[in-house]
Amino acid sequence: MKDKLIVSSSPHLRAGRTTTGIMLDVIIALMPALVASIIYFGYRAAILIAVCVATCVVAEFVSRKIMKRENTLFDLSAVVTGILLAFNLPAGLNPIIAAIGSVVAIIVVKQMFGGLGQNFVNPALTARIVLLVSFPTPMTTWASPFYYWGGTDAMTTATVLGGGEVSLLDMFLGNQGGSLGETCALALIIGGIYLVIRKVISPLIPLCYMGTVALFTLIYSACTGGNIGVDILTQLLSGGLMLGAIFMATDYATTPINWRGKIVFAIGCGILTMVIRLFGSLPEGVSFAIILMNILTPLIEKATSPRPFGKERKAS
Amino acid sequence: MAKDPNQKSLGTIFTRGIIAENPVLRLILGTCPTLAVSTGAFNALGMGAAATVVLICSNIVISALRNVIPDKVRIPAYITIIAGFVTIIQMLVKGFLPSLDSALGVYLPLIVVNCIILGRAEMFASKNRVLASAVDGLGMGVGFTAALLAMGIIREILGAGSIFGLELYTRWGIPSMIIFILPAGGFFVYGMLIALVNQITRKKNPKATIIEEFSCAKCPMHDSCTKVEQKECEK
Repeated sequence: MKDKLIVSSSPHLRAGRTTTGIMLDVIIALMPALVASIIYFGYRAAILIAVCVATCVVAEFVSRKIMKRENTLFDLSAVVTGILLAFNLPAGLNPIIAAIGSVVAIIVVKQMFGGLGQNFVNPALTARIVLLVSFPTPMTTWASPFYYWGGTDAMTTATVLGGGEVSLLDMFLGNQGGSLGETCALALIIGGIYLVIRKVISPLIPLCYMGTVALFTLIYSACTGGNIGVDILTQLLSGGLMLGAIFMATDYATTPINWRGKIVFAIGCGILTMVIRLFGSLPEGVSFAIILMNILTPLIEKATSPRPFGKERKAS
Repeated sequence: MAKDPNQKSLGTIFTRGIIAENPVLRLILGTCPTLAVSTGAFNALGMGAAATVVLICSNIVISALRNVIPDKVRIPAYITIIAGFVTIIQMLVKGFLPSLDSALGVYLPLIVVNCIILGRAEMFASKNRVLASAVDGLGMGVGFTAALLAMGIIREILGAGSIFGLELYTRWGIPSMIIFILPAGGFFVYGMLIALVNQITRKKNPKATIIEEFSCAKCPMHDSCTKVEQKECEK
């Protein structure tokens, strides 16, 4: 009975929402991209996703047990982290490396800081960066889609951001090299629309993020004399931008709460992504951009929090 | 100087530097050399040994001169003494272990401003007898070396796949996690070790002893401090 009484301060707003329900919605939204990744990258994608999810769930269970905290497996957040991490890995990756990443995501980034909602950076993205820095070669060896048709075990290709040539339609449908879940923009957009309709995420961050990227590309392209339309679409459809903008930059725990903060956060992500892509030494910058803005979130929150009603304006 | 030098036995003074008041993992002093030099076990050991020698020598000299050095210029006096010993050590290392000298680089002369050495001079050597100060220097030095060595071994095994330069699992083609050699991995291992030592000492060593050492009564500036005159200080 005691568990059913929740004592909290006002305002009291009753909603039928539970963490499990939200996580389930996110998992449903990730399904199109999951199916697409298995179509494009075959059994290797399925194995990686299975390994990541299983390791995340086990790591969550074991670490909660050791830390003598209540079991939180049923909020499904570990499953979401596992799928998202797998979506950020190349198809040819050794599953053991994927398992190391899952342990980093759940134990180091999430549980050591207190579990769901207490982590200050996105677990899946941080794990990806740890793996990228630790194992640079396997983490940037991209399998080409449909490699399993040719009878070979794996074939590698360059990503668009790494200098490969792919048509815009192929990029939209996902027929390009890259991490498992990031290639198919169509599937990610379907998932994003589902989340917006179910009111799990607000469209503010994804739209502002992609808008900033588009605007930045427009200016850059106009200055360097490129084909503006093609350049913008290429930047939007390539790399991890869609995956990052829809599923990573909208994480509740690590992004600002109010809408002003969300806009600042998304614009910051967009600018950092494009600065890294165009001027940095790495081909892709979505994960670093989101992590950096995650770290800035408390400051953004402080700067953009609304003035409580009746409180005096700060003398500027 | 009012403190009774026989308050703690020499054995306690020595052992507390290793776990209970480990300078790196409990007092969080000397973080810069710890993170910079602990990429390999050999470097860590060299750095620890050099700092230990300087720490013992400077503790002895400062303790011997504790009644001569005026309170108001004590920091420059301490630094001069420490710098003298660091110069000696640096010349010795340059002469006999040139490879260690090039590996440690600027961090060897930077021992002069290492907070562990200055901290022990301020907190211990300036208030205690020569023998106790020497033992304190040895204990703190061993604690510093142990912490550095632990970090160096962990980072080298995980990050480079070797220990003291001896190749381990990488010879079978198993990749090492390069992040542990990089600064990010250094901070990570450091945090883990601090957590571990905190867990070990949590029950045994309440914070009381450390707070007591930092209280106003133990401050060398106690006699000339304005806050004491204005009674701002509670004890």
